[in-house]
Amino acid sequence: MKKIIERLYLILILIFMYAPIVTLIVLSFNSSKSRARWGGFTLKWYTRLFSDTAVASALFNTLSIAILATIFSTIIGTITCIAMVGLSPKLRSLIMGVTNIPMINADIVTGISLMLLFRFLHIGSGFATILLAHITFNIPFVMLSVMPRIKSMNFYVYEAALDLGATPVVAFVKTILPDLVPGIVSGALMAFTMSLDDFIITYFTKGSGFETLSTLIYNEVKRGIQPEIYALSAIIFIVVLALLLIIYRAPNTKTKEK
Amino acid sequence: MGKDLITLEHISKSYDGHVVLDDLNLSIYENSFVTLLGPSGCGKTTTLRIIGGFEKPDQGKVIFDGKDITDMAPNKRQLNTVFQKYALFTHMNIAENIAFGLKIKNKPDSYIKDKIKYALKLVNLDGYEKRMPDSLSGGQQQRIAIARAIVNEPKVLLLDEPLGALDLKLRQDMQYELKRLKEELGITFIYVTHDQEEALTMSDHIVVMNQGYIQQEGSPEKIYNEPENAFVADFIGDSNIIRSTMIRDELVEILGARFACVDKGFGENKPVDVVIRPEDIVLVPPEEGTLEGVVTGLTFKGVHYEMDVEAGGFEWLVHSTRLSEVGTRVGIKVDPFDIQIMNVPLSEDEEAISETV
Repeated sequence: MKKIIERLYLILILIFMYAPIVTLIVLSFNSSKSRARWGGFTLKWYTRLFSDTAVASALFNTLSIAILATIFSTIIGTITCIAMVGLSPKLRSLIMGVTNIPMINADIVTGISLMLLFRFLHIGSGFATILLAHITFNIPFVMLSVMPRIKSMNFYVYEAALDLGATPVVAFVKTILPDLVPGIVSGALMAFTMSLDDFIITYFTKGSGFETLSTLIYNEVKRGIQPEIYALSAIIFIVVLALLLIIYRAPNTKTKEK
Repeated sequence: MGKDLITLEHISKSYDGHVVLDDLNLSIYENSFVTLLGPSGCGKTTTLRIIGGFEKPDQGKVIFDGKDITDMAPNKRQLNTVFQKYALFTHMNIAENIAFGLKIKNKPDSYIKDKIKYALKLVNLDGYEKRMPDSLSGGQQQRIAIARAIVNEPKVLLLDEPLGALDLKLRQDMQYELKRLKEELGITFIYVTHDQEEALTMSDHIVVMNQGYIQQEGSPEKIYNEPENAFVADFIGDSNIIRSTMIRDELVEILGARFACVDKGFGENKPVDVVIRPEDIVLVPPEEGTLEGVVTGLTFKGVHYEMDVEAGGFEWLVHSTRLSEVGTRVGIKVDPFDIQIMNVPLSEDEEAISETV
């Protein structure tokens, strides 16, 4: 009996969580424009979506920002983590706490403060400001995923490599880096996902005339929602879901060279 | 003994104001098996890391083969280390681990292949080339770590408590293995341990350290039979250390009874510390002993019995293959050359410092 109730409870929670998304995905295949009536299966919203030039340019913007932001934030975050090895545990947790604040901070506050900063510094809004903003909020996610690897590391292997004649750079690449790779990969995927689906911070830092997918959807919705947007949202959901699945699997699968 | 290979001159090192090594001087001969022995925190590992180049001394010089290498990076030094935690490269297989140092030195492939084979044979792990380190036991991993170090043909092999994580039986096997390796390779081993038995078994030369000072150095026999102070006597094996009075040369008064001994030059009626090893005490019928007492404790230890004997107000530790039941009245007898006389340290601090030269 207890088991049945437990199962039921779990199913209810899953329904509450996923019903809206399932509705969205179902409606994206509905040939009727009405939200209340099923008019038969169609892919026309998807074909119309892919022929839309505004969507194409927004998609290009989103992807290029996500990729660049991922590269920069991964490099900066990883280097920061490695540099923190030499710090005292007290200082280390202080820095970790400070870098975590943007993650806990409300997106809208981060967005507005970044917008004000860019205005103050006269940095023209658009691609550059969004990219800077995304790098900023991605760094803590990278650090959060690399830091545990650093903490559990056996630094004797680095010394052993030095001992066997390797220069510090070679020793780092051959011993420390391979151990960090799973953390770096999952951090990068996390950053990519965060960047891909961000709306609020992007909205406040983009200025006018520059759209990413999320801001484009927002604008469309204001003009009255079109079924193409369902299709677009469904695609974004599937992509993010796929990335998340990869992230959660990444630390478990050991990377083996050769 | 050969010539000096490594000399440490006036080495001092402290971390955050805590002194770990203070004006340490040490010479290590070519082709010897030298053990740095002491309790944890005595500075033995720091000394090894300074020789390896992983730590820089605050003061002093490290001389290697006549050259000052104090500021030389570890990757330029002609010595290799076997680390306490093995430190194998977990993402490489055994052959790649052993080849690491040789590849960096750009040795030809055929040479590397031969060396791997030779090294694996030397540590009794033929055919393990393709295995991953994770799939080996602790003892096997340790042997791979040794193989990885020796293929580079170092002049000196540094070993930092390499057997610390192994169980007793394996540790004993490895002790003989290391001794054999040392003979076959003909290079200098510098070995760090806190295990006195390990040190006695393997070494040509033991350096006993405590609180950053060298307490005594010498052959295992000398360290065991003629400890120079109470710390060494207590740390190396079990012993009875008794505050006594030197009556005159070759006569000492222990707990009110006079014992003949062989030491001279301590003066007359001077306080001294006497060390008597438990196995050197002979229990005889009460009337035949120099001192009379009662057996108060008895433990069977396998090879011998361990007995506590209350005599002259002191609890003596006695090892003997002959059993005396608890409550038996016994006499204590010690041969003159089994009594080791030491100067009394003037203070606690003196105890640590007294033996530094």
